Amino acid sequence: MSSVSVENVWKTYGRQTVLERVSFEVAPKSFVALVGPSGCGKSTFLRMLLGDEVPSKGRILIDGEPLMAEPSPERGVVFQKYSVFPHLTCLQNVMLGLEFAGAPRLGILFGRKRREAKEISRDMLQCVGLGAAENKYPSELSGGMQQRLAIAQALVKKPKILLLDEPFGALDPGIRAGVHEVLLRLWHETGMTVFMVTHDLSEAFKLGTRVIAFDRRRTRPEEAEAYGATITFDLPVHHPIPKPADVVLKEVQPIELKAAV
Amino acid sequence: MRRLINQQPSVLNSLLLAALPFALVLLAYAVASEARLSINPDDKLLPDWSTIEAAIIRMGFVADLRTGNFLLLEDTMASLQRLAIGVAVATVIGGLIGILQGLIPYARAMLANFTSVVAMVPPLAILPILFITFGLGELSKVVLIVVGIVPFIVRDLALRTSELPHEELIKAQTLGASTWQIILRVVLPQMLPRLIDSVRLSLGAAWLYLIAAEAIAAENGLGYRIFLMRRYLAMDVILPYVFWITFLAFTLDFILRVFQRVTFRWMYRGQA
Repeated sequence: MSSVSVENVWKTYGRQTVLERVSFEVAPKSFVALVGPSGCGKSTFLRMLLGDEVPSKGRILIDGEPLMAEPSPERGVVFQKYSVFPHLTCLQNVMLGLEFAGAPRLGILFGRKRREAKEISRDMLQCVGLGAAENKYPSELSGGMQQRLAIAQALVKKPKILLLDEPFGALDPGIRAGVHEVLLRLWHETGMTVFMVTHDLSEAFKLGTRVIAFDRRRTRPEEAEAYGATITFDLPVHHPIPKPADVVLKEVQPIELKAAV
Repeated sequence: MRRLINQQPSVLNSLLLAALPFALVLLAYAVASEARLSINPDDKLLPDWSTIEAAIIRMGFVADLRTGNFLLLEDTMASLQRLAIGVAVATVIGGLIGILQGLIPYARAMLANFTSVVAMVPPLAILPILFITFGLGELSKVVLIVVGIVPFIVRDLALRTSELPHEELIKAQTLGASTWQIILRVVLPQMLPRLIDSVRLSLGAAWLYLIAAEAIAAENGLGYRIFLMRRYLAMDVILPYVFWITFLAFTLDFILRVFQRVTFRWMYRGQA
């Protein structure tokens, strides 16, 4: 249940401006989908929310507090790849966050605390439908199962904000729908604020309560370096009653829709 | 006719082809030995099989008259001990420095150039310095092995560590890990199998330094014996020793490979 305010954020690398004048407010328990063409800075923006990158100008506040300048447990994350640890089983992957908190020196829990952490982690694995796979290594899981594991691993820390960087980009459509369902259910149950970067517009409208698009307003080659991308549209999506976007989008390719917008 | 790159040998042919180079070398030796011995029966350069066999029995299975020891056993134990200590110390030092250099920007800033320069120093060139500093005993031989292979292990491990996906380190931080916890639970467990690979690759160099050090100053050891026998042109002893060293090196490599496969199953699961 956290609000996020983004106040006039810019990001520049040397002379190259990537993002400029990005400002918006996000109400608690929002599901914000960030869309836009490749290289428009939506992933850069997510990394700033994460604390992996620092804004060149402006600031980001969570519940009125400035963001910590490095990743912290209040912000969970799921990447498209490399989100889980290959040397740990499913159960160990989920337990890891609890072990970091409970054992500052060794990072390993023992005895009663270990049993409690195991219980919590098993429940979490059940929630994402991986109860039967707790002793498997990530390399033995399918892509969809790996992403569900990554979600479970992030959520065991009860983050205020969950950041998703094209989490389902590499999944088949059928599997993707299954993971969507898991994600939506957990979002409803926990009430966390979610930011999801995607280049799939139908996914953005299906999951998001709000869709924010980034793009460059100026596209002449000589201006490309000096002007960055910014918010080009910001659309609330009302769920669940009328979902016109869904109906339309099933037929329309994302690229055509973008042209239409 | 299909292209050569598309033709696969059958299982039987593969085995025969694999055996062929070995057979050719043995055959060449037998022919040359036969030719030399037929001209001069006392020729020592290419002894025949019975002479070699007698030497193996003399070195391996008959107690030495002077010391009462079995020389092959004594040499083997002495050499393996030096090798084991040297490689173990180098593994620990190289692993620690490599991980720090690969993970911590401050450590990298301080160490990266230094290790690159140190790696360029030819270890045998500083062997005299080691003998002067540490004496002619065991210590200087172990130190030579350590000095010889640590730079390689450090650079290899630093590279492997820096190749860990950035996402994993970010993820660990979002799970609340400190730098120390990241090293302990994320980096170290993933680097241990790489460290074993690194050690396997350094074993050849480690043997080289061991034999070089033993050749120059030692009272026992496989390298010492070979260089001692050289004075008597005792090829009948030198050849089996070379075979034995090769066998030991091959076995060590094999053991490390099996150990890695059994211990770090996560690397191999699901790749079938």
